[in-house]
Amino acid sequence: MDDVRAMHIANGIINGPVSAIFIVVAVAGLAVCVRRARVDLDDRLAPMAGLVAAFIFAVQMLNFQVLPGVSGHLLGGTLAVILVGPWVGALCVATVLLVQALVFADGGLTAIGLNITNMALIGTAAAYLLVALLLRVLPRTIASLGATALIASVIGVVVASLGFVAEYALGGTTQLSLGGIAATMAGVHTLIGVGEGLIAATTVVTVAKVRPDLVYALRAFRKQPIGAQA
Amino acid sequence: MKKFLIAGLFVALLLAGVVSRFASGSPDGLDYAAREGCTFDADGDITGGTCMAQQEQEHQLGDSPLADYGIKGIDNETLSTGLSGVAGVLLTFAIGGGLFWLIRRRTPGQPSAGSPSDSPAGSPSDSPAGSPSDSPSGSPADEKVA
Repeated sequence: MDDVRAMHIANGIINGPVSAIFIVVAVAGLAVCVRRARVDLDDRLAPMAGLVAAFIFAVQMLNFQVLPGVSGHLLGGTLAVILVGPWVGALCVATVLLVQALVFADGGLTAIGLNITNMALIGTAAAYLLVALLLRVLPRTIASLGATALIASVIGVVVASLGFVAEYALGGTTQLSLGGIAATMAGVHTLIGVGEGLIAATTVVTVAKVRPDLVYALRAFRKQPIGAQA
Repeated sequence: MKKFLIAGLFVALLLAGVVSRFASGSPDGLDYAAREGCTFDADGDITGGTCMAQQEQEHQLGDSPLADYGIKGIDNETLSTGLSGVAGVLLTFAIGGGLFWLIRRRTPGQPSAGSPSDSPAGSPSDSPAGSPSDSPSGSPADEKVA
């Protein structure tokens, strides 16, 4: 039962050189995020971002069953993009991954660049593109916000899982069929994405009802927020 | 804002501390893919086949007090998981909130004051996103939050 608690890429699955390259990629990506995040981060968004990171940590512990013998958990990119924006959101997910790797021994230290690239950078970027697009074209209703969270989650999670497949193609330490791994990862993560989407939609719709002014996506990607400013 | 933060933290603590005991114990999507191709015995040890998990190496910090979402020395798994979750939520909030607070914009009235070098690349696309949140009317009480 012990090893089922691990949920991110462990050491040894991807070889050393490729893991090292992705540490550089992750550091560079996060540096860009810090630069851009400073524009968004004010006295109100900073504590909100801390809360979003803590919330993602909590929900990542809640593995839900997607098939017999297979579970999944939230990655958090879509939730973070909608609540605190793409740049701060990527930093929230990265913070969670760093705490998990350094304190909870989940996600290898050698693999930290791979995990950050997939979940904090790739998954969040995909979610951002979809959220920005969908909120511009969908009607301005709370249902649209929920639907946006659901759709962006499914795509964001699948794209993040394909990030792993790409890394495996570059530096996988076993001789396995890449097509088989891609099919398993994408298939299972479509189901996980639906679960993530339901959690993300419930969360952002709840926040939008209570404090619409705290939902970054409603401020940034729409001309007017759904509700009155608090 | 303060009320919202406290309520949000409470929900997170409840999820990590209590609801986490109902989490599925099955391997997650990535772990499932890593185990595909191998056979396992009742203890979860690999007995044959070829799979990614065979190459898995120990975590460098596998002996740390909160490793694997438990607390070393607490044998009751529910309690151990729940308390480690509570610790994780508080730690993530403290580290994340602290870092975000440190790198935040200090002067809401003068967005470009501290970083003229950022402006050429950053401002055209960022200002529509950032400016609504700047409105001083939104949060007179929020200044005291941290």
